[in-house]
This record gives sequence, structure tokens and C-alpha cells, in this order.
Amino acid sequence: MKALCWYGKEDVRVETVPDPKILNPHDAIIEITRTAICGSDLHLYDGFIPTMEAGDILGHEFMGEVVDTGSEVKNLKRGDKVVVPFTIACGQCFFCKRGLWSACDNTNPNAWMMEKLYGYSGSGLFGYSHLMGGYAGGQAQYVRVPFADVGPLKIPDGVPDDKVLFLSDIFPTGYMAAENCEIKPGDVVAIWGCGPVGQFAIRSAKLLGAARVIAIDRIPERLQLAERGGAETLDYSRCDDVVEELKFRTGGRGPDACIDAVGLEAHAMTPSGIYDEIETRLFLETDRPMVLRQAIQACRKGGIVSIPGVYAGILNKLNFGAAFGKGLTFKMGQTHMHKYMKPLLQKIMDGAIDPSEVISHRVALRDAPRMYKVFRDKQDHCTKVVLDPKAA
Amino acid sequence: MSSQLIDIPALKARRNVNQRKRAPKALRIPLIAGGATLAALGIIRRSPLGIAMAAGGGLLVYRGITAKGGWSSSLIYVRKAVSIDKPPEELYRFWHNFEELPRFMRHLRSVRSTGRGLQWVSAGPLGKSFSWDAEIVEDRENELISWRSLPGSQIENQGSVRFQSAPEGRGTEVRVELMYQPPAGKLGAAFAMLFGEEPEQQIREDMRRFKELMEAGEIATTDGQPHGRRSKITTMLKSASGYGRTDEQMGAQRVVS
Ligand SMILES: NC(=O)c1ccc[n+]([C@@H]2O[C@H](COP(=O)([O-])OP(=O)(O)OC[C@H]3O[C@@H](n4cnc5c(N)ncnc54)[C@H](O)[C@@H]3O)[C@@H](O)[C@H]2O)c1
Ligand SMILES: [Zn+2]
Ligand SMILES: [Zn+2]
Repeated sequence: MKALCWYGKEDVRVETVPDPKILNPHDAIIEITRTAICGSDLHLYDGFIPTMEAGDILGHEFMGEVVDTGSEVKNLKRGDKVVVPFTIACGQCFFCKRGLWSACDNTNPNAWMMEKLYGYSGSGLFGYSHLMGGYAGGQAQYVRVPFADVGPLKIPDGVPDDKVLFLSDIFPTGYMAAENCEIKPGDVVAIWGCGPVGQFAIRSAKLLGAARVIAIDRIPERLQLAERGGAETLDYSRCDDVVEELKFRTGGRGPDACIDAVGLEAHAMTPSGIYDEIETRLFLETDRPMVLRQAIQACRKGGIVSIPGVYAGILNKLNFGAAFGKGLTFKMGQTHMHKYMKPLLQKIMDGAIDPSEVISHRVALRDAPRMYKVFRDKQDHCTKVVLDPKAA
Repeated sequence: MSSQLIDIPALKARRNVNQRKRAPKALRIPLIAGGATLAALGIIRRSPLGIAMAAGGGLLVYRGITAKGGWSSSLIYVRKAVSIDKPPEELYRFWHNFEELPRFMRHLRSVRSTGRGLQWVSAGPLGKSFSWDAEIVEDRENELISWRSLPGSQIENQGSVRFQSAPEGRGTEVRVELMYQPPAGKLGAAFAMLFGEEPEQQIREDMRRFKELMEAGEIATTDGQPHGRRSKITTMLKSASGYGRTDEQMGAQRVVS
């Protein structure tokens, strides 16, 4: 089959590799009909995530048709159309049973590495480094899905792929980010980053009853898309001090909740951003927590900072004192996908939201290497890339 | 928690107990972080030097992760605990079926009942294997099993596993304690190759596989999945590590039917 493989920083190629096969009884093989490039993939593309190996197949947002099932998969059959969550969960452990699906105990074959780094390991993820399990990803024609009786969500006939594909990650991720804000009537939510995750956070915050959403980015078409989703916008490249601006716009109190939908590769030309740039180049810091610092500073006393943006390692000069001084609550982590997929499919079916509106590019799998660069550099008004592995 | 079998205070008092040296935690984290960025930066360059940097970075990450003292042939004592969301009876029953232990113990090839007790055979590097006979010292249903190697064994060892019900439906806390004297000389070197630098990690991995089998019904794996061309360095590093059986070799054993 054809698959997109990682070979190093800014080096991804479509190669011919063997077809996947069933390895365990709860596995299924899916023939992929649609797959997407995620902002998280850019961290791999930019070489921020350790333990990648040349030849690793990328991709964790995908859907398709079941072509084969292991002996223990009773709920799926050949031909079923499914969306697959990017986190792999067993459904049986302490964490799965408590709805903390992305903390599943039993799906990371390399859990020991994570334990050394983080104390404990989260669940395995598709196409996201050996630290996260080393599972082959879904920017490919076929993929092996472990615990296929637990994760994949069956899609009723007649629903277009483009509407449901993002149930695989970014819609639930934006939704959980907003849900973590515990939105109450009258609340103002500030959201950094108007990439796909930010867009779904904006729309979800609105669905959950936020009075106002203030969306922050600098890319014009992304700010426009944010506006269409019901947000007020703030272009940080035209603003001297984002924190002061937010204070002013919220009557001096500050946003009730702040969402960091940017993560470890935040871009900025402020002194704090330049500091991070130097530190990461000198290996003194692995992540650039520039947005996180702003969110902590801007958040009102007793407010919530919700962090769907990915952080991986060591953060310097984090204003933790401000967080303590204001009594902030932090919520973060990989999305507990399995909890959100079904209810959010219902919202799509009800017409409350159409996730396909974030898509800017639909291309063949073979164009993926070029599209990684276009998406990373925000060229060509690119907001989200969907790949068709069947297109010639 | 102390065991009737392994007398920890006495053990600690012994001068030749392996004092496991860890890279201090404070040092380990920068090591990992530095390694990650070094790897990232090496990859930016894509020159031979860059590739060497990437590999070096990877090694640094690896060293940071595994930083510890080297292998010593002195007495080894390891203990590990894992929580499993199943009742003690079920776990005890599975474990008590000693012939089945190789399903989750990567370094065991077989366990057989003999007239004298149990014969354990390990899967060694380069086709070599070790074997030893052990007797059950204590067996309390649904609670505890302990064993001890018989005199004259290649590897003197003793150990125990206990199953303790956790409160409020939180399953069972399983605790394993193991003590063994690695053989000296050539045999010792082969033994060290088999068990690696970190017997502690081997035990933890065995217990993780036990938990996965019991809770999820299978052991998570990626052995045998597709990938693009691997670099020579990766392939070299891979084949130089990981003795014991691969997931693929463990095959159908990885599954509870
Ligand atoms: N928690 C999870 O489970 C999960 C799932 C998916 C994605 N993510 C993470 O969410 C983050 C966003 O993903 P995405 O797909 O939207 O990525 P993206 O790269 O398309 O979007 C990031 C956006 O942030 C903007 N940005 C950069 N610096 C900024 C700054 N200083 N202030 C405000 N905006 C800034 C960029 O212009 C861009 O529009 C990534 O870190 C991704 O890894 C997390
Ligand atoms: Zn994603
Ligand atoms: Zn689980």
C-alpha cells in the first residue's frame, strides 16, 4: 500500500510499504477513505517530538471501511463505515472505566519510556512517535486498529465523510477544551490559536453557552473563520499587549476561562517569545510556552486555563506564581476521545455544527508531503488539509 | 510491605547488596530534554554530521531514560507493584497455572512440573538458555505464592507474588518480590545479556503484560506492523537491544482466549 512516512525534520515521503495485518484478536484492518493532517503532525514535521524513527507512518485522523476483523471483534463487520479515535483504549482498565480514555493503562507497548519521562504512561496513539506506542498511522491506504471493538464509531449510511472525519480528533479536542472551561451564563472565554482545534473550541464554547468568545491569532483567513464561528477576534500581531487588550475588553476583570489551542510551537516576536526561541535553540528548553504564559497572566482570579495545545517537555520562565496567586485551575491533556464521539456525531446529524467548514484543501495522498509544508507555513489560505488515499 | 520469605532488613544489611546507582533525577530530566532537542537539531541538518547528531540525541534520550548503574554480579533484589482491575481469585488462578507464565514473561521459554518441583527454562541470547528447578515454599489460595530455587541451581533465586484486594472495587494490588544471585564468569555475562542492565524493568514489563492479559485480554504490540525503510542506525540499535523473545515470537501466547 501507499503510506506517508517520516524520515526526519521537514522530510516526509509517500512510500510503498507492506499492507497491515491483524496482530491481535481485538484488531481490525480499515481501508481508509479520508485522512487529515493535524497541527499535532506539524510538531513531528518540525522535529519537536523525540523517539521518531525513519520510516514511521504518520497520521492519526482517519476514517474508512472495515475490511478485516480479529477473532474478538464482534461489533464490526466487513463494509462498516467507521471513524477511528486517535487515542487507543482498552475499555477495561481503571482509567477507561472512569472515562479517562486517553489515560488507558493497557495500550502503549513502550509505556516504560513514558514512565521514565512522565512518571506514568498515557494510552497509545496512532502515528505519534515510539514514546506514544509506535503505532503505524493512518495517512495511508490501510491501517491496523487495535481494540477495534472499543474505539471506532460506526457512521450511518448517507453521511458524507467530510462532515464526520474530524470526530477522529479535532472536534472532540476543541469540545473537551471548551467543556473543561465549565462555562456559566455570561462567561467570556479567550482562545489562543485559530487553527482547526481553536475553531472547534470556539464553536463548542458557543454551543456550551459562552456569552462571548475572544479568538486570538494573526492569520487573516483563520480570524475570519473564527468570526464566522461566532467569536470576536484579536490579531496579536497588531496588538502591543494581548493581556492588556483582553483586560480592557472584559471590563478589567479578565476572561473567565482561557484556552491555549496553540501549544509548544507558539510563534511570537515579543521578548518572551524571543527568549523561548533562544532557549530552545540552545537545548535549554524543549517547548515554547509563550501562549501559556499569556493565558495565565490574562485569566481572571479563580478562572480556568484549559490547554488542548500539546506540550511535551520542559518549560522555562513559567509564571506559576501568577497561577497560584490568582487561584487558577488547570485542565489539559490528550482528549478522552471515546467519551465525546457519539454525542458529537449526534450534534452533526442534528445540524448544530458542520465540521467540514474548516477544510480548505482536499488533495490526494501523494500530495501530502507538499501539503505538510503549505499547512505549516499557512500558505495558500490553508486551514485544514484532507487527504484522499484512493485518488489517483 | 515485607514478606515472610525475603527478609529485607537482613538483606539490606548485607554488604554485597547491589547498590543501584541512578543518575540523579535532577540530572536525568535535562539529559532527556537536551537529547530531544539535539535529536531535533540533528535532523534539521540532514548532513552526515546532522545524522550523527540525531543518533547521538536519540542515544542521549535513551541514556536519560535508562540512566542507572551498570550490571553487578552481586545479589539483586527487586520489588514491583501493579494494580489490576480483576478480583484476586482470578489473578491467583492464572498465575498458579505455572506452565502459562511464559505467556507474559518474555524471558521464560517454559515452566514444567517435575517430580522435584518446577523446572524453569529461560530463553537466552544466541540460542543459549538457562534452567533451574524451584520448589513452592508457600501457597495461600487467592493471596500468596512464594518459591525458591533448589540447591545446585545455575541461578539461585527466590520470590513471591501476593494478591491483595483493593478498597471500593479498585481491583487487586499485585506485588512481586524477587531476589537472585546472578551467576559469575561467562555464564554471568550471558545472563546479564539476557536480562539487560535492568532486572527491575524486566519484572515491571512482565507485570505489565500480566495486567494487559488479565484486563484487556491481549498484550499490546506493534511487532509485525508496516513501516517505510528504516535507517541503518535504527536497525543496528534495535538488534543490539531487547534480548528475550519478541512479541512476534510470543505470538498466540499473547492472548487470553
Ligand atoms: N490535546 C489533544 O488531544 C490535541 C489534539 C489535537 C491537536 N492538539 C494540539 O492543538 C494545537 C493546535 O492544533 P491545530 O491543528 O489547530 O494547529 P495549527 O498549527 O493549525 O494552529 C495553531 C494556530 O496557533 C496560532 N498561533 C501561533 N502562535 C500564536 C500566538 N502566540 N498567539 C495566538 N495564536 C498563535 C497559529 O497562527 C495557528 O493558526 C497543537 O498544539 C496540536 O498539537 C491537541
Ligand atoms: Zn490531531
Ligand atoms: Zn484502558
